Amino acid sequence: MNAELPRRAWLRQSAAAAAGLVFGGAATAATRRAASPHRLVWQIDPDKCVQCGRCMTNCVLVPSAVKCVHNFDQCGYCRLCFGYFDPGATELTTAAENQMCPTGAIRRRFVEPPYYEYSIVEELCTGCGKCVKGCTTFGNGSLQLQILHHRCVQCNECAIARRCPAQAIHRVPVEHAHRMKSHAAGVTATWRHKEDGPAHA
Amino acid sequence: MPKRSQIWAWRWTLVLVASALVASGGQRFPKPDFRSGYTVPQYTPPAVQRTATREWLDVGLLAGGLVLAGYFALARRSRRGLWILSVASLVWFGLVRKGCVCPVGSIQNVVLGLVSPADGIPWTVAGIFLLPLVVALVAGRVFCAGVCPLGAIQDLVIFGWRPLPLWLRQFLGMIPPTYLAFAVANVAVGAGFWICRYDPFVGLFRRSGPAGLIALGWVLLLIGTVVPRPYCRFLCPYGVLLGWCSQLSRRHLTISPDQCIQCQLCEESCPFDAIRVPTPPHPDRAAARRRMVYALVLAPVWVGLGAVAGWAAADPLAAKVHPDCALAAELRAEESTGKKEQSWETRVFRASGRPLEQAEVADRDARRRLRRAWAWAGAFVGAVFAVRCIVLGRRSDLADYVPDRGQCLSCGRCFVYCPREHVRLGELDGIRGQP
Repeated sequence: MNAELPRRAWLRQSAAAAAGLVFGGAATAATRRAASPHRLVWQIDPDKCVQCGRCMTNCVLVPSAVKCVHNFDQCGYCRLCFGYFDPGATELTTAAENQMCPTGAIRRRFVEPPYYEYSIVEELCTGCGKCVKGCTTFGNGSLQLQILHHRCVQCNECAIARRCPAQAIHRVPVEHAHRMKSHAAGVTATWRHKEDGPAHA
Repeated sequence: MPKRSQIWAWRWTLVLVASALVASGGQRFPKPDFRSGYTVPQYTPPAVQRTATREWLDVGLLAGGLVLAGYFALARRSRRGLWILSVASLVWFGLVRKGCVCPVGSIQNVVLGLVSPADGIPWTVAGIFLLPLVVALVAGRVFCAGVCPLGAIQDLVIFGWRPLPLWLRQFLGMIPPTYLAFAVANVAVGAGFWICRYDPFVGLFRRSGPAGLIALGWVLLLIGTVVPRPYCRFLCPYGVLLGWCSQLSRRHLTISPDQCIQCQLCEESCPFDAIRVPTPPHPDRAAARRRMVYALVLAPVWVGLGAVAGWAAADPLAAKVHPDCALAAELRAEESTGKKEQSWETRVFRASGRPLEQAEVADRDARRRLRRAWAWAGAFVGAVFAVRCIVLGRRSDLADYVPDRGQCLSCGRCFVYCPREHVRLGELDGIRGQP
């Protein structure tokens, strides 16, 4: 002990040294216990999604970072698409009153008889999930809600995840940042990213 | 155009086919065999906006900002430097990067990673949590002055101030440790990230968010014009940790560059009431000693009271705090009124076919964990209160005007008030600056 040092200063320095040791020890222990190489992002598990519509209203962004995406591989190309047509549609035409989508964000294109291709215009989609509900209930479920990661700001507590009645939104490793339904072709659980190489089974 | 009857025929066919396939859960309509040479497009998801490079860049910028803040506060003694740095931090960490994850919120990620190691703490988040604390152990709360965007936005609107009375400061000063303790407890029991949920400024940074929180942000800024930095002083849970580290810091910002001449000029320079003024020792030493004995004897009582209060508060508030308890409460209400599936939560639960008993079990389990966690949180708040009582009753041997290491945000506003500073800068000759 340095006798020159005033008592309080000495006390503080010892406390600081002790705190430093405890702090360093705790940090090391915590690192060894919990440090994770994974970077995590929020994503919807479409198998759990019940299309309640809260994705549209609860996101901190307006419009929501959640949009409908179309997994063409899984689509039946139905002429009467339950994701596209309103249940009360009078005609199977592209007229606005026949469409399920409130913003007309689904494009319908004739391919060959009797098949039609449906694609989502991302800018128009509000993530309300009405088409997803139709497609999931009566169709193949190729329309699904996903958090789009070029929009999502990665809130530390996702405001939608908190209010999701099916607890379908979790943090997932960034390598599997998008998920498609598990019964989709090839039972691939995540979408292939351009830069990722082969998707993980 | 198909006729109405045709549509109905279609619809019924599809509904029948569909309902036949509902149970199968597989692909109801086979993928068509296209004969026209049509190739099925592949959906390619958009790239993740926040790449690893960008996250590490942020950690690097945080580290760089902390070093710069330490340099401006301790070596250069430059309020202007700190101000420019804080504005730059506000622009980058606030307006460009839009908030998450910040050191304040990272407390919760760390707790979550510790209670459930499966979730883990990403390295970048660990860095963001630890860097300001490590720097505070070396140089004080320079993070608050120079790098924190929440602090910077409040600092910019400071218009005027007058000292708050000690009792009010002590009273409001109990809020941050309480907030910290209960936020940590809530993360530990799976009740969400309350610090982020009620972050008043992140909505302003993003220019979007729940209207109530954005309004709260503006209200705090408005209050902050006359009661400077209200969030930092009377809410910020990370400030509690920074304050502890700063109390023990190796070096700290000083008001005078060399020695205090007790001129009292700095006394009202601090907007945050963080300057400790020399006070004569209590005239009645026996009374002071008695008070100290009371404070020491009562310390365990405060801890116990806090624990009991936390324990007692958990049950009545459980349904508002924990999602499992909220679900069970809703289900019970539905059972008693007979109106089923009143909310999406209960609809999903009933559709899953799980027995009601399961919700009750989850509710009881969550309540048990919440009671225990809140009891610990309450005990912690009691302990903080007890320590404050002891510190308040401590005999002061302070001769100089010094920053209160726990409260001082190292903003450097006091520098210019000190005559010795002007001597250092060569604007005043040494004789007039001497006592």
